[in-house]
Amino acid sequence: MSNKKITKLLKKNGLRLDNRKFDELRSIKMEIGVLEKANGSAYIEWGKNKIIAAIYGPREVHPRRLSLTDKALVRCRYHMTPFSTDERKRPAPSRREVELSKVIATAVEPIIFTEFYPRTVIDIFIEVLESDGGTRCAALTVTSLALADAGIPLKDLVAACAAGKIDGKIVLDMNGIEDQLGEADLPIAITPRNKEITLLQMDGTFTKEEFKKALNLAIEGCEKIYDIQKEALRKEYIIVKEETEKIEEE
Amino acid sequence: MSNSYGIMESIKRKKISELLKYDKRLDGRGLMDFRKIKIETGMIGTAAGSALVSLGNTKVMTGIKVETGTPFTDKPKSGVLTTNVELTPLASPNFEAGPPREKAIEMARVVDRGIREAKAIDLSKLCIDPGKLVFIVYVDIYVLNHDGNLFDAFALSAISALLNAKMKKYTVKKNGELKYGKGYIKLPVQNYPVEISIGKLDGKMIVDPSLEEEAVVDGLITIAIGKKGEICAMQKRKTGVFSVEDILLAITIAQKKAKEIRENILGELIAKNKKA
Repeated sequence: MSNKKITKLLKKNGLRLDNRKFDELRSIKMEIGVLEKANGSAYIEWGKNKIIAAIYGPREVHPRRLSLTDKALVRCRYHMTPFSTDERKRPAPSRREVELSKVIATAVEPIIFTEFYPRTVIDIFIEVLESDGGTRCAALTVTSLALADAGIPLKDLVAACAAGKIDGKIVLDMNGIEDQLGEADLPIAITPRNKEITLLQMDGTFTKEEFKKALNLAIEGCEKIYDIQKEALRKEYIIVKEETEKIEEE
Repeated sequence: MSNSYGIMESIKRKKISELLKYDKRLDGRGLMDFRKIKIETGMIGTAAGSALVSLGNTKVMTGIKVETGTPFTDKPKSGVLTTNVELTPLASPNFEAGPPREKAIEMARVVDRGIREAKAIDLSKLCIDPGKLVFIVYVDIYVLNHDGNLFDAFALSAISALLNAKMKKYTVKKNGELKYGKGYIKLPVQNYPVEISIGKLDGKMIVDPSLEEEAVVDGLITIAIGKKGEICAMQKRKTGVFSVEDILLAITIAQKKAKEIRENILGELIAKNKKA
């Protein structure tokens, strides 16, 4: 990305640098079942973000002492490849990645029927291949598709999206430069059916009024994401259905 | 939601939940009552600033060190703030020695965001030679006794230690060289963020959850509030979920409690800092 002294994030006509309106998402593409070895997997392109998620499990817990007697352990490793950022990122997990791994695990756990699989682990592996702001939301969104692909019983999906403040205005889904130069960032995740918030982080400065506005905008964003998720799942299962019908005919 | 409980936890959860129905808590506090807060500062001679905060039986210590180093390439004219948390094994039977794990890292990052986003320290004033040399402020937080709500105690000890901190007087020569003089100056502290953690159990909200409460609440959220009541950082913790109304209520509570703590408990330190 060229960081040529950008000072304004909103153009004179009120549009953003990438010509989006304040409440417009970047273009998003989701694909399900992209890896063969994993129990479930999915891929997402969200603007320039490219992220792949894989699920292994429920399977035996290693090390054993981490296993829980009444439910499955949900464990996540969010990782960015060294080539996913402008400057090469060191491959060892950074403090940011460790924190995001933790919040992603706690944000998806509420949708999983963990009590069906005591003494097991559900491992979530996320690799960010290219990043441009909002990777945690994209990662969380693609993780819930991978969980569905793994056939793990879910109560709902998790849809995630961020809202924030750039040049004093509340906007949806900030890209890398907006995130970097903007005044506030509010990534959230919801279970869209009953609108419960499973992830909420914030940094920057908001008044309470601004926060309310941003929260509502982010929830609207999550709902749009949910539609794309459902569409991706539907597409996948129509193919599965057609294939099984073909086999049955033969 | 589905937190994993041992037998003791499930008994305690039941008891705590039953008491909450009558707006009561195990240790006799009201839902919106903090435990007794005590702050001492400046007890560590080798540190630039230090603070010992007790929140009931929770005890944490923060030491500040100021050193010089190179700035980040994307912020050549800005000083650097580094926050670290160590869960020392002497503080709890559940802490182990070793490098910080995800729990400590999350805590450090949430405390760091509160200080950073509130612009508690004016980092632009800590530049010596743009792109080459700046001051680095190390905030090292150590827990001595863990009896719940470490987040709030950490944030409080961090800002107290920063308010207490002083650095050597210095001048910058024309060639960018740094020269120390005699006497001390205060760190450029300009905002006083306070973090408030709120727990939710069976629809009831409580502030300053104790260790026992922290283990059994469904949801936890930490909110950092600046001096004008602005929201500087938030972090939802644990797997329990919140509704929009819950979050907005939590913010109102946090703004009120943060103001009380800033005025009643940090007030003296702030006044002292301003005078110096």
